[in-house]
Amino acid sequence: MTLMISHLFLQQYWWIIISVLAGLLVFLMFVQGGQSMIFTLPRNESEKTMIVNALGRKWEFTFTTLVTFGGAFFASFPLFYSASFGGAYWVWTAILFSFIIQAIAYEYRSKPANVFGQKTYDTFLFINGSLGPFLIGTAVATFFTGSQFSLNEMNQVKWQTPWHGLEALLNGLNLALGLAVLFLARTNGILYIMNAVEGKDLIEKSVRKLLVNAIAFLSFFLLFLAALLLSEGYAWDGSTGTVIIEDYKYLHNLLSMPVVLVMFLAGVAGVLYGIGSALFRGSRSGIWYSGTGTLLAVISLFLLAGFNDTAFYPSAYDLNSSLTIRNASSSYFTLKIMMFVSFIVPFVAAYIWHAWKAINNKRITEDEMKSEGHVY
Amino acid sequence: MFENADLSLVDWSRAQFALTAIYHWLFVPLTLGLSFIVAIMETIYVKTGNEEWKRITRFWMTLFGINFAIGVATGIILEFEFGTNWSNYSWFVGDIFGAPLAIEGILAFFLESTFVAVMFFGWNKVSKKFHLLSSWLVAVGANLSALWILVANAWMQNPVGMVFNPETARNEMVNFWEVLFNEVAVGKFLHTISSGFLLASMFVLGISSYYLIKKREILLARRSILISGIFGLLSSLLVVYTGDFSAKTLAKAQPVKFAAFEALYEGKQKAGLVAVGILKETDKHIGNTAVNEFAFRIEIPGFLSVMTSGDRDAFVPGIYDLVNGNQSRGILPVSEKIDRGTKVRNMLEEYKTARKNNDNARAEELATMFRDKKFNDENFRFFGYSFLKSPDEAIPDVKVAFYTFHLMVMLGFLFILEFLLAIFFLFRGTLEKHRWFLWAALCSILLPYVAGELGWVLAEMGRQPWIIQDLMPVSAAVSQISTGSVITTFVLFAVLFTLLLVAEVSIMIRQIQIGPKH
Repeated sequence: MTLMISHLFLQQYWWIIISVLAGLLVFLMFVQGGQSMIFTLPRNESEKTMIVNALGRKWEFTFTTLVTFGGAFFASFPLFYSASFGGAYWVWTAILFSFIIQAIAYEYRSKPANVFGQKTYDTFLFINGSLGPFLIGTAVATFFTGSQFSLNEMNQVKWQTPWHGLEALLNGLNLALGLAVLFLARTNGILYIMNAVEGKDLIEKSVRKLLVNAIAFLSFFLLFLAALLLSEGYAWDGSTGTVIIEDYKYLHNLLSMPVVLVMFLAGVAGVLYGIGSALFRGSRSGIWYSGTGTLLAVISLFLLAGFNDTAFYPSAYDLNSSLTIRNASSSYFTLKIMMFVSFIVPFVAAYIWHAWKAINNKRITEDEMKSEGHVY
Repeated sequence: MFENADLSLVDWSRAQFALTAIYHWLFVPLTLGLSFIVAIMETIYVKTGNEEWKRITRFWMTLFGINFAIGVATGIILEFEFGTNWSNYSWFVGDIFGAPLAIEGILAFFLESTFVAVMFFGWNKVSKKFHLLSSWLVAVGANLSALWILVANAWMQNPVGMVFNPETARNEMVNFWEVLFNEVAVGKFLHTISSGFLLASMFVLGISSYYLIKKREILLARRSILISGIFGLLSSLLVVYTGDFSAKTLAKAQPVKFAAFEALYEGKQKAGLVAVGILKETDKHIGNTAVNEFAFRIEIPGFLSVMTSGDRDAFVPGIYDLVNGNQSRGILPVSEKIDRGTKVRNMLEEYKTARKNNDNARAEELATMFRDKKFNDENFRFFGYSFLKSPDEAIPDVKVAFYTFHLMVMLGFLFILEFLLAIFFLFRGTLEKHRWFLWAALCSILLPYVAGELGWVLAEMGRQPWIIQDLMPVSAAVSQISTGSVITTFVLFAVLFTLLLVAEVSIMIRQIQIGPKH
């Protein structure tokens, strides 16, 4: 029996995988969010050590998800990989820089003879924690707002501003999403710390911080959402094969894809419930609701950007250079091979979950930090 | 159409990639090998229940952790640099090249990073057996990561399993297994990971020798030397075997690189392998490229022919044959390859024009030709030559190829000797008496690093001017960004990586001085 699947089916399948990876990445950026509060949340060294170690046992998941996100994007939509990375050079390079300094900071911060001192490595964590989510959020916003590039007939990219991606920081909508992602990461960071660390005073302070960060997140997020739904968007017109500007495109997408609408609302509700349960009921499990909500909301945003004949990486400079899941994807054969590979993902998720539970079965305490184990 | 980029942009982009790759390779091989050594040690601990083995395991695991973090940090840059600095390349071959990178992430990186957390933090949280399994999975995960990126690299050296699509202007994969079981990939993977095992063994041997010199941690040192001596000896033999295998595949896939690393200009039968040699430049030229000859050499007669095919009478083509052609041996001159490549490029441009003018009949006719196997074998495979201005541009730097290859090989044989001696002295019980050997082992820690980097310089500079053998030169592959941007990021990376390296070495040395804690 041969299974008939179309190229478009595979393109959609892979866009969903990319969306899931993006959702996981934003959820896992609770590590970054936590890092961004390394100087302000703990009241003393002992609390800081506990926080750093709680985050430090998870940093590699975020890092690996980012790398896999990049790899999966390359394999499934190589034109995005070449156009965006090769064009918006400075944004991506800045993001990379902030991740290089993270990777060594945990391992080296408390080791003797680390040359630059703990303060430096903690600053690295702070920089990665603040810049990472903000820049990634800003870069993803260009999926809706568009960039200044053109492709020639050989599909080679030419960026049309000398700023090579930094110009994205001048757009209010991009900034709003960047800040929303940052404050969401901080919110999730607090919820994770409440889940993973023992300490009465620390929890009390976390709850106070949670309120401020949740309000900041909601403000920027609603601002972004309102602007997005009212804005024009980049639509792919199947009859002519060209990209056109359509008023209220993203609102139309949301309404014409009820599943996405429901998923989006469920996601937002999940985040709000996670925050609320921690704020008002003193729950320590808010991260699971908020994390699931984050995952669903981000997946919906990505589907909004790429499905329903929408250009997911639009060029405002030259509409017809815009990337859609049709013209930017890998060949039928490659996507099919990659589909088989993707069947391993549930297995990967299962062992990650198992290992996570094994390590997090007890909350981190001050005593554990003084033991002889592997402490950051 | 295709633009040849400004030379300084190409050079700086290459410099930046070389910088990140060289730094990355300072850390990865130790991860590849030490993960296995640690897993073997822990297995002995779990089997015997002897606490000293646990202490030994945990000590080497601490050093593993310090090295692991910085390997991860330098690795992320490499992956994204394909996009940031080589975007034309990324599109031209992304349909094939992207898949291994994605599989690497899904299959290998998660395995590695998930279980590395269990390995570090799980000692008192999970069962002994689960912990042991985790340690082995880290080793497997690390080496699987190496598999996929090397498959990708091997494909660049020997592009197979794809066909060019003029509509999208890229190569598209048609056979995954050909890409995965590419001969070059198999040899490269085994050669590379075994060199990592070797390096880690020398690392363990050298540091253990340091303890013996200092007369401390005697039991730890002896046991570590036992493991690293045996593991190192086996690995170094595997390195030689797979190196030989790689040379055979290279002779077929990249004959110019092969000729360059032997500095073989005139092709011949019964070709000898140069054991030691010194090159000097002569007044003779091929195009604008000066010809080198030996000022001095010691040769093993007939051995190069044997290396290529097992047959002493086999003909090994030299650089002259490969550039000027050799009709009796069926070797095309580069000028002919340039003509054929140019023909293909003209066809591609004609295709694009036909599409633009809605001359779909002509476009379809041309597209059919691009799918034709004979056309691919005889013409399209020389596509990259259309970017060359003169035939001598197809010659890599002979001096670089020759010296890196020969130094690497000499070091390889030295390592075998050292591991043999370590095992011999250990079993005779005279290891501590031979202080010269302990010092030699300590000083040798750096040598496998040198050998490994030489290997990469040979592999990558030896295939110049190509980024993909015969299909795309580096000059056509770079991103259209300003040279200034690349210089800036080059300097930033160089400074940052160097600072991190300084910190890493300093922390490592201090941990070795402190010794095992538990």
